[in-house]
Order: sequence, then C-alpha cells, then structure tokens
Amino acid sequence: MRRINQNVLVVIFALLLVSCGGTTAPSAPTAGAAPTTAAATAGAAPTTAAATAEAAPTTAAATAEATAAAAPSGEAFKVAIVMPSTITDLAWSQAMYDALVRVQKQMGGEAALKISYSENMFNVTDAAAALRDYASQGNNLVIAHGTQYGTSLFDIAPDFPEVAFAWGTATDTGAAKGLKNVFAYNAKAEEGGFINGVIAAVLSKSGKVGVIGPVEAGDAKAYIDGFGNGVLSVNPKATVSKIYTGSFGDTAKAAEAANTQISAGADVLTGSAQQVVGAIGVAKERSIPWLGTQSDQSSLAPNLVVASQVYDWVGTLNDMIAKIKSGTVGGTAYDLTLANGGLKIVFNPQYKLPPEVQTAVDAALKGIKDGSVKVLP
Amino acid sequence: MQQFFTVATLLGILHSTVRLAMPYLYAAIGETFAQRSGVMNLGVDGVMLMGAYSAFYVTFTTGSPWAGVAAALIVGALLGLLMALVSVTFRADQGISGIGLYLLGLGLSSLMFKTTLGTVQSVSGFAEVRLPLLGAIPYIGPVLFTHSLLVYGAFLLVPIGAWVLNRTTWGLNIRAVGDNPQAADSLGVSVVAIRYATVTFGAMLAALGGASLSISALNIFQENLTNGIGFIAVALVYFGGWRPLGVLLGVLLFSLVNSLQLWLQVTGVGIPSDLAVMLPYLLTIVVLALSTRRAAEPGALTKPFTRGSS
Repeated sequence: MRRINQNVLVVIFALLLVSCGGTTAPSAPTAGAAPTTAAATAGAAPTTAAATAEAAPTTAAATAEATAAAAPSGEAFKVAIVMPSTITDLAWSQAMYDALVRVQKQMGGEAALKISYSENMFNVTDAAAALRDYASQGNNLVIAHGTQYGTSLFDIAPDFPEVAFAWGTATDTGAAKGLKNVFAYNAKAEEGGFINGVIAAVLSKSGKVGVIGPVEAGDAKAYIDGFGNGVLSVNPKATVSKIYTGSFGDTAKAAEAANTQISAGADVLTGSAQQVVGAIGVAKERSIPWLGTQSDQSSLAPNLVVASQVYDWVGTLNDMIAKIKSGTVGGTAYDLTLANGGLKIVFNPQYKLPPEVQTAVDAALKGIKDGSVKVLP
Repeated sequence: MQQFFTVATLLGILHSTVRLAMPYLYAAIGETFAQRSGVMNLGVDGVMLMGAYSAFYVTFTTGSPWAGVAAALIVGALLGLLMALVSVTFRADQGISGIGLYLLGLGLSSLMFKTTLGTVQSVSGFAEVRLPLLGAIPYIGPVLFTHSLLVYGAFLLVPIGAWVLNRTTWGLNIRAVGDNPQAADSLGVSVVAIRYATVTFGAMLAALGGASLSISALNIFQENLTNGIGFIAVALVYFGGWRPLGVLLGVLLFSLVNSLQLWLQVTGVGIPSDLAVMLPYLLTIVVLALSTRRAAEPGALTKPFTRGSS
C-alpha cells in the first residue's frame, strides 16, 4: 500500500476515533488514555501509553500503599475507584471522589481508609484492566464509577468472590446472574432536575429556558427529563430548549451551545457532565443564571449559579463499608433521592434568591417526598 | 421549524461558525506550513493543550491576556523544536512521533493543571471587540466584525499565509523542500533549516490556537480542553489541498455544520440529536473520499530527508 495512503488512513482513523469517542481522553490509534493512579505499586499502570504522567498522589496513602504490598497493613480498609473523567471535573467523578475523602476523614484518616484511584478511564478496555488489577491487589471495595463499565464488571466479579464491587449509575446487582459481590448505586437525578426546573421557571422572564446536555442517556437524560417536567409544572407554556452535544468532554461545543441558547432567547440555563464548565463560563459572560447538577458548581460563577443538585455519596459509601466489614460483599442496590438525603439542593448563598422561588421549591420538595408530585410521569 | 428559517437564526449560525472556526484555523494553517515542507505533525492537539494551559496560567497569575499569548508562543516554539528534532534530525517515523508529542502535551498539561491550579477556574481573557466602521454594517457587522482579537488574527493568517507560500522566496523554498528535497538541496536550499522553521512555526500557531480556546473563547482551562480539535485540524489540511484558502474553506464548512447542529436542536427541528452530532465528521469524510486532488500533495510528505539518497 502506498505510504501516503497509509498516512491519510491514519489521520482519518484518528479523526473517527476522536469523534466517536467524545471522551475526556480520546483514544489515539496507538495508545490508550493517560491515567493518574495513586496506587504506586510497580507495573500496575493498566495502559500501553508511552508517555503517561504520574501525578503526585493526592493522599499520603499511596506511599503507605506501596509498602502495604510487602507487609500486611493491619486494619486499614482499602478502597479503589475507576472513573471515566477527572477528580477535578466539578461533576460526576469529583462528586464520588470528594465523598470518599469525606468518609476517610470521618473514619480517622489514611490509617483507617486507603483510597486508590484511576481517572480518565473512559475507554472501557482500559477501565476493565484497572478493575481487575485493583481486585487482585487486595482491595476490599472496588468501585466502577461509570455505567459503561457494567458488562466488564460482571465478567470480572466472579473471579474475585471475596472482593466487594460497586457499580453506578446502575440498578442491577447481577443477582440474576448469580453474582453476590456487586453493589449497585443510582442517583435519581430527575428529582433534583425537577426542583431545578421549578426554580428556572420561576426565575425566567422570557419563558424560555435552555439545557446543554451531553449524550441522551444515563443520569444526564434523567436529570434533563426531570428538569423539563419541573419547568412545565410551574409554567405550562414555557419552552424548554435542549441541545445535546454528543460528548461528555467537548467543552468548546458546550460553550457554543450555551451561546446558541442565549441567542435564541433563553434566560436561564442548565446542563450536565464535565463539559458544562464551558457553558457556565458563557453564562457568566452573558449574565445568565445557571442551575447545576452532580456537584456544587457555584465556585465557577459566584454571582450567577443559583443552586446545584449535589450528589452526596457519603451515606451510600458508609453503608457499603459497614456491610463489607460485617461480611456482606454485595447484593444491595442504592438510590440517591431527595427523601433519603443522598440528593441535596444546595443554594448559592451569593445569589439573591427571590422569595417566590423558595416557596415554589418548598412546595415541590414536599410534593416529591410525599409522592404527590410525579417527577417522571 | 419556522423558527429556523429566520434572519436571526441564520445570522446566529454564521456568528457561531466564525467563532467555532478560530482554533481549527490556527492549528490547520500552522500544520499547512509544516506539511508543505514535508513534515506531518500529528501532535498538534498536544501542542494546543500545552498552549492553552500556558496561556491560561500566565493570564491567571499576571492578569494580562497578551502575556498569556506570549507564553503560548514560547511553549509552542519549544514543542515545535522538539518535534523537528525528532522528525528531521533523528528521522523518526513522523506518524508515531506525532502521536508521542500528542500524549506528551495531553499528560503534561493535565499534570501541570492539577499541580498548579487544581480546580477549574475562569480568567478574563480577550473580550469581543466591535470593529469601528465595519462593525456598524447592518446584519454583517455583528456577524463578521464583532469578535475577539484572536478571531481576527486567525482569519488574517489565511491571506498572509497564502501570500508567504505563493509569493515569497521563503514560500518557494518551503514548497521545493516539500516536493523534491533532493533537488532543493542540490540548489543550496537547506532542507533541515526550512523544515525546522516550518515545524516550529506550525507548533507556535497550534499553541496559539489552544490559547484562543482558553483565554478567548472559553476563558477556562480544563484537562483535555481541546478534545481532539488538533486531529481534525490535521485532517482539514488534507481536506484543503495544502493551500491556506482551501484550508479556510474546509474549516468554515466544518464549523458551519457544527454550528448548524446546535441551531437545529435549539429551534426544534426534528432531527435526532445523534444524527446532528455526526454531520460534521460525516461531511468531512465524504468530501475527503471524493476529493481527487492528490496531485496537490507535497511529494516528500512524511519522508525523512537524507542527503544523497533518493
């Protein structure tokens, strides 16, 4: 084959992989993502990447972790987590990682709980390798923090019956397949979406609100559908305009989507996934209020983020750890809801909230908790 | 559906097109120079990321976007020199070394971001500037002449690049080195010097393209901010037939379809969102496949030069 055609094919291949992936770390033709793992055990890096950056571990647990492989570390509970994006994404992965750190602090620090993590594992093959590695390194709990990891996880879990696995967002613990060591966790994002929709409808003067979504699936879709219903419950004539960028990490496109929404008349915006930081930047520039989800996004636009739905995984994690310590390594499906405190609506203290918003929110919250309001009909 | 065919919508689409085109244009014009001299640099995305990070960090700490631009240019030059060293002096396979450069840029920018900044934050970068006379033209003024300075810079690069390549001695040397380095060498043109220069220049423009994202279009930096823009830019060089004007058309077409898919969704036209997302890439592949201008390709593209060999 002529050399030149080969190179054109390489470029087209790269183009296809990049566009199909929509990842935070696109797969190049010859190598996988560049992970940052705090587990310093030699040879554990589960990718073939030639130039990976080993970030300084964020917990001192990593150095202790290395010696733990040689000598038993005693009572410390070991957790490992594989994530599709970074711990600084102000959204999905950060919510779980921050929760782990809070649990660690509650339990008494690194001596009580050791955390190992791998980020940017959007590529399922890399993630599967990481999960297998973590399971074989003696971790008590291995968390697969991404819906896409499910199939691989169900292949790996039977090989390590004493290791507890956790998978989210998901509701299937693999019980039907005979698996006993998988926990599942889910966030009923539509509930917070509904509340955010109520807030948006009350705040909007033009009756038009804009949504910047990633991919029409998972908790993003749940959140956005709930949001739409929340808006319509307050103002049935409102327009909820949705743009899906097709990727979780395309920050530039998310920003342009926000610009498009605002140019088309939206005066309140919301959105999901780590790419929303681009949209929040545009909202800040054009003074449009923003409603956040997955994590508290008010730091990015202190005067314009009205409220965020925050995923608080601490309760779920504590329950899992307690169960594992008492001998149960799986089988429970957890839900984050407004009622059980797993989902919280965190208002930004720097945003001046009109009193009618608070009234509407309280009414909606009460309705969801007692079941009288149907978030997803 | 009626909302779609209004003047406001069409103007909005054009405005988005111009804004979206900026990073692609910087990277693609830079890559055109490099490829015209015979070197294919697939690491453009990594250079863009390093440029984006450097510009952001310097602007964040000093408060001056121009200092950020300077930082990006310096970082781009350094990475360009590295690529030139590997491809021209060491004669490594350019596809592989390009990917290596990409991974270096991706990893290094993420590492430095985590160590120095830690969380996503915003800066005050280049704001939109309305050009005095041209900006007042009805309809066209807001669309074409109300953008940040870096957008204007990107579009100015096209005529400047075309003029340099086609009407100056440097341009002649670059083209000669890319088509037939043996002949150029025998006439006293230094193939090595020209290739070093074009690859470095191309990387500087790519870094500027990355900076245009972090301190102009988005005003934030995040890990993997470019999300593959650099690779698309390389493809657009092929698409544009290795000519700045062709590259401009390719970039505009790609950005237009990108902008279209956003506006289609906002105005409620019933196209499934997945199809809308596919459109730009599909179009690029179709045009690339149908393009018959293979003759425009630099004859020595990706072939390392050794004096005396054929």
